[in-house]
Order: sequence, then C-alpha cells, then structure tokens
Amino acid sequence: MTENSSEMRTKGIDMAFGGVYVLKDIDFEIYPGEVHGLIGENGAGKSTLIKILAGVHQPKAGEIILRDEVVHVPNPHAAVDMGIAMIHQEPQTFPDLDVAENIFIGRQPMTDGLRRVDWSKMYGHAEEILNSLGVEFDPHTKVRVLSIADQQMVEMAGALSQNAQILFMDEPTAALTPTEVEDLFAIMNNLREQGTAIVFISHRLEEIFDICDRITVLRDGELIGERKPKDTTTDEIIHMMVGRPLSSLYERNVEQKIGEPVLEVKNLSRTQKFDDITFDVKAGEVVGLAGLVGAGRTDVARALFGALGIDSGTIRIDGEEVKITRPREALAYGLVYVPEDRQRNGLLMQMSIEKNMTLAVLERIAPNGWLNEKAENNIAQEYVKKLSIVLRNIRQPVRELSGGNQQKVVLSKWLLAEPRVMLMDEPTRGIDIGAKSEVHRLIGELAAEGMAILMISSELPEILAMSDRIIVMREGRISGHFTKEEATAERVIAAATGQVLEGA
Amino acid sequence: MTSTTDTLHRQSSSSLAVQLSRFREIGIVAFLVIVIIVTVLLKPNFIQPINIRSILLWIPLLSVVAMGQMMVIITRGIDVSVGSILAFSGIVVGMIFRDFPEFNIYLGTLLGILLGAMLGAINGGLIAWLKVPPIITTLGTLSAYRGLVFIVSGGRQIDPNHVPTALIRWSQRGPFGIQWVPWVVIIAIVVALLTYAFLRFTKMGRNIYAIGGNPDAAKLRGISVESTTFVVYLITGGLAGLAGILYASRFGFVNPGETGVGFELTVIAAAIIGGTNIFGGSGTVLGVFLGCLLLGTISVALAVLGVASTWQLAVYGFVILLAVIVDGIIQRELQRATTGE
Repeated sequence: MTENSSEMRTKGIDMAFGGVYVLKDIDFEIYPGEVHGLIGENGAGKSTLIKILAGVHQPKAGEIILRDEVVHVPNPHAAVDMGIAMIHQEPQTFPDLDVAENIFIGRQPMTDGLRRVDWSKMYGHAEEILNSLGVEFDPHTKVRVLSIADQQMVEMAGALSQNAQILFMDEPTAALTPTEVEDLFAIMNNLREQGTAIVFISHRLEEIFDICDRITVLRDGELIGERKPKDTTTDEIIHMMVGRPLSSLYERNVEQKIGEPVLEVKNLSRTQKFDDITFDVKAGEVVGLAGLVGAGRTDVARALFGALGIDSGTIRIDGEEVKITRPREALAYGLVYVPEDRQRNGLLMQMSIEKNMTLAVLERIAPNGWLNEKAENNIAQEYVKKLSIVLRNIRQPVRELSGGNQQKVVLSKWLLAEPRVMLMDEPTRGIDIGAKSEVHRLIGELAAEGMAILMISSELPEILAMSDRIIVMREGRISGHFTKEEATAERVIAAATGQVLEGA
Repeated sequence: MTSTTDTLHRQSSSSLAVQLSRFREIGIVAFLVIVIIVTVLLKPNFIQPINIRSILLWIPLLSVVAMGQMMVIITRGIDVSVGSILAFSGIVVGMIFRDFPEFNIYLGTLLGILLGAMLGAINGGLIAWLKVPPIITTLGTLSAYRGLVFIVSGGRQIDPNHVPTALIRWSQRGPFGIQWVPWVVIIAIVVALLTYAFLRFTKMGRNIYAIGGNPDAAKLRGISVESTTFVVYLITGGLAGLAGILYASRFGFVNPGETGVGFELTVIAAAIIGGTNIFGGSGTVLGVFLGCLLLGTISVALAVLGVASTWQLAVYGFVILLAVIVDGIIQRELQRATTGE
C-alpha cells in the first residue's frame, strides 16, 4: 500500500488470554477516508484486535502507531481523546436518559459563570448532529424506547460529537433489518467522504464486499492477508478464512446404524425468529446445525424444547405429532436441550456435583418426597465413571471443576433423564482441546446407542467432523442441507453467509 | 431515513411511554388524594391548621434523608446506616450543647452535617474502592455507628432542657409569621431544591444517573464510577447528619437507644414510593418529596382516625408493597410499549 500515510497502524501486536494466544504478530493499517473490513471466523481475533486499538485491552507485545506517533491507549476514555470511537455490537447506552444526554454524558456543554449543564445548548447540538446523520428522532426521547438500530445511531452521534477520526464498528449490522443496514451504510459513506477511517466487522460477506475499500482476513489470531474487493472473490476470502487442515481431534470413529426418524420438524415458524424450518433427525444420527451467531439456531432448539412458542408448524416424535409448550412436556417425550451457557442455564455452581446431576430426576431418588442420599450417590458415581469426569470428591461444588468437566456434569444431568433426542447447543464452547475430544467421543457413543442428536455449533471443523448430515441456517431460514460426503467448509460457509460459490 | 412504519411505531410507543413515565408522580398524587378524601369522609374536621402542621412536621426529617437515599438507590446501592448516622450526629452535637450551652446553633448544625458526612465517607470508601456490596457495608456500619452512639454518650440521653431553645423553635415557628409552616419545613424544601439543582445541573449529578443506568457504559465514557459512588454516600451521610439536628429540634431530646432506630426503612420506603427505581437509573426529587408527604399524611390520618400506633407500621408495609407492585406493572408496560410485543 503506497497511499498517503496511515491514520493508525500496528506493528507486531501479540495478545494472550490466560496463556492462550489469540493474536499473533498483527500488522494492521487503517487509512483516512476508507472503510476497512475485518473478517474471520468466530474466535479469529477480530473483536480482540479492535478492542486493543480502542483501549479496552492492553496488548502483550507490539506497537500502536497513531498518525506517525507511537502511542499507548490505556483505556477507552483515553482512546476517545485521541479521536478513536467504538460502536459496540450491543449499543452501550443509558436507557433512562434521553438521546441528547446519551450523546453528551460526561462532556455536557456548561453555561458561563455558574457552570451548570446548559440543557438548551445540549439539545441544540444534539439536534444538529442527529440531522447530520439524517435521523429523525427527538433528542428528548428516552433511549429506552428506541430500537436497537436507533440506539446505534445515538452511539454514532456520540462518536461524531467528539470528532472521531477513527471509528471501530464491531458487527454493527448483526441486529439490524436490511433497511436499517442501508441507512447505516449511507451514514458510513458520508463519514468516509469526510475522511473518517472506519473499521467494519461483519460476518456477512455481501456487506463486506458492498461497503469496504479493503478487506483484512484474520484466522486463529493471525493476519492471513489483505485484499481489495475488486481484486478478489468471495471464494478466495472464504478460503482465506477457513484454510486450515481440519484438526484430527475431531474424529468420530464409531460404527453407526442409522434407524428411523425420531424427531421430525415440519414448516416450523415464529415471527422474527425463524421461518419454515423442516428437517428430521434419525435414531443413531448426529445432525449438525451450522450457521452464524444470530441465525436463529438456538431459537429453533428452544422452540423444540418448549422454551419458546411457535406460530405454526408441526413436531413429530417417533412419527406421532406432539404439542410441546413447556420444557416439562419435552422431557416427558424424551427430548432434552443442553443449553450453551452452562453457568446461566445449566448448572448451580455452588451445589455439589452429585446434587447437580440428580436435579432433573429427583422423583427417582426421592420417591415419597424424602431424598434417598444413597441412591443419589450411586447414580452420580455411575455417571462420573461413564463420562470419566475428573474430580476430587463427588460432593465438591461444581464451580471448582474445569470447563470440560462442568460440561460433562451438564450432560450427565440430562442423560439421567434417559432422552431419545438430545439438542446440544455449542457443546464444546469454552472448554479446552482435550475435554473437547472427550465430549466428541461421548456424542459419538450416545449416537451409537441409538440416540438422535441435533448439535448446534459455530465451529466449522467440529460440525464437519461430527455430523452425519449438516443443516445450515441463515437469517432464520434453512439455507443449506448437506450429507457428510457433500459437505465442505467452503460450502457450509457460503450457505451460512449467503454467497453462491462459483463453480459449485 | 427510517421507513414510515418505523417512525409511526416509534411515535406511538414513545408518547405512550411518556404518559406511563408521568404516571408515577400522578399515581402518588392520586394516592394522596384518596387518603385525604377517605379521612375527610370519616373525620370531616381532618383539614385544619393543626393537622396540616402535623403533616408538615413529619416531612423534614424524612425528606432530608430520603433525598440522599434516592441518590444512593439511583446508583444501584442502598444505605441502611442512615438512622445510626442521624443518631450519632444528634448525640454528639447534643452533648456539645449540653456541655457548652452558649455554643452557636448554626455552628452546631454545620458540625452535625460534617460528622454525618464523615461517617458517610466511610461507607462510600468501603463501597466504591474496596467493592464491599452496599447492603453489607451499611448493615455493618448500621451496628457500628449505633455502637459509637452508645460509647460516646455513655448511654445517656440528651434531655430537653439541654437542647437550645432557639433550636427547638425551628420546629415551632415559621418565617414571616406564617406559624404553621415551621422553619424545619423550609430547610427540607431548600435541601430538596438543592438536590434537584445538583442532579439536574452538574456533571456529577448527571453521572449519578449514568452509573446507575449502565455502569459499564459509564466507564467507557470515562466517568469515574468510584468517585461518583463515594460522593453519593458522603452526601447521604451529611444529610443524615443534618437530620440529627432536625430531630433534636423537633423532639427536643436525643436518645441513644431510640433516636433513628428503624428510620432507614421509612426513608427507603419514601424513596421507593416516590418512584425511585430500586434497580437503579431513575428517580426524581419531586417524586420522593411527594412520597414523604404521602407517608406523613397517612401517619397523621391514622392518628386522627384514632388508629392505634401499632397499626401504623403494618400500613407502611402495605403501602411499600403497593408502590413496588405498581412500579413493577409500570416497568412491564414500558417494556411492552418499547418492544411492541
């Protein structure tokens, strides 16, 4: 790149969380008047990189050079003073304060003399900025009542009011409708013309190609390359994003006999969440549910489990149509859902391992209302062995276990209910590699025993290695359906991001 | 830029939300009117100067401390040590008046405020920098400060003949000959106005709402959550200290085992009935002032109706519950209006 000098660049940025490197030797450049797309799989390090540049994290090594000067960005507030602003994935607003105050909080205009907050001046300024953004809401509106898109506009207005020269946008379009995305792009175009440097993170390739002047691809914490949209293709970008050998950790060498469909879903719909979802899972089969975060996969699973209502569609279990309106009914049909967030949905962290395990089957160990501790202990011991959970004592609190072993406790809790269908949401997120392969082995064994398993995962290698069939969701609809033989990383990504592969 | 339907939806939901958010204060006023009407129906002579005076005399102590408590609750905190702070300031200044009868009462008042602010600063320091949860901190200091009251006073009460007559007159006489609006009420109104100005016109005041509404976002904007939290508890302590002096003026004595005991609950009740959101982020001076007026009116009405004072506590409890339930319904309705679901 031999354009005029960069607005901001990095030299050899390294970053690690808890000893694990998430960014390695990143040299990244941003120029004034450009929209720079940052793209990569989940966990590639995109958010971490911009959070370092915006002062949220401190890098382990490397330099940040701002307008030809090596700088230290100690905190987000200092970044603001350097003309760096960040638009968060979830708008960081004050719901009970009005729009004008959300824009100016901490730097309200003050009157001369008595030095009190000058409200009329503040509303005037707010109106000017909102007008320049072309948005129509009243600065007196409480932010609580605004849509996510409008709250984002409030954040943009805040950034503009500080004359931000560099704007980092972390998946700003994730929660927006297509019209809202267009509005946002119009504003970004405007800012680009005024010379602002914008870094734009999105999972949607078409958006990246639409708005960006340059694209940087990150993979596993490394900067893979930089392209101009006109000199590249979506195929090449996808290759850059996934181009790693599929790890041999994801092996599923269990002999499988696939039987009759256990779970059949037909035309399942729910407004704003998912639309016309049809698929089945057979006994002994692992069906992978792939897609980007926010594609509606979890909502489908929660709907099947009765935790989210549906508008239309049918669910059959063993060929018989069932109505599931609450989780208890799902459990009665032998269908369980293992949620993603172990801490919030799956485990009582202070409680012992055995108590956590037996929580869902208390009637079995407390037949007349009184707990049979011996039966409880026996059951727990059995599953500790079966799942080879590493622990000190079965009565120790779950909180003391590693992430992988916690996940096994969650699994045994649900296995105790002796399910026929298991919906697993990101079963290996946040656990270490060794535990991962054990969870994979377990999933394989459960399928071999004849269970029907639907596995939601955002990790492509995991999906590809574990699934007998793969369903891909995009924006609430099924956008791809592959057998194990048909499935490739490129095809799944293309379906998840809405790209048509050339020559596919 | 936004599509027409979006705009229409937004306008309707925002005007509805505005109506609902106004409802809070209207709700208190309505409650107040109902209490008055019911009492008048049962006791037609309820409205007369002596009862109005009683109601007004009820307000100052409560409202002065409730202004601080409201700020604490806006920051997602709670301060249950205010009753003990009140007693500490009352007893120490009372002892000075007892031992030095010529001591200037304005200087005494200032000293009371400073003593309270000092104890409030201890609360604030523990909560802001040592990150001890507010309820734990102030439960601890509730006992600790009460203990100090006993230690300092040796368990002895400050008797009426030791409280300066000039101070007692604050509760008996009013300005410009308006005798049924005593000076202490004027003090309470001034404190409320100052609180309003602080919350509305200073950066620190606005930051209080910000850190209560979204502490993470506040940090990102460079607002110091720690120093703002500290100042809020310091001010609340100072106001409780002032209330200690007002207590001596109103009742003419300060008793180590009685003064301010259980007062924190009434203060919290007044703040919450006044529409302060217990989860932080919102609360208004007007609402809290009306909350105090409501509690005072109920109390006097119960006395006028001849209800035993033992019942009053139970009635307060019900009013608090009612206020919290109404608050919950409003929150839900606001949510519904916002999401359009």
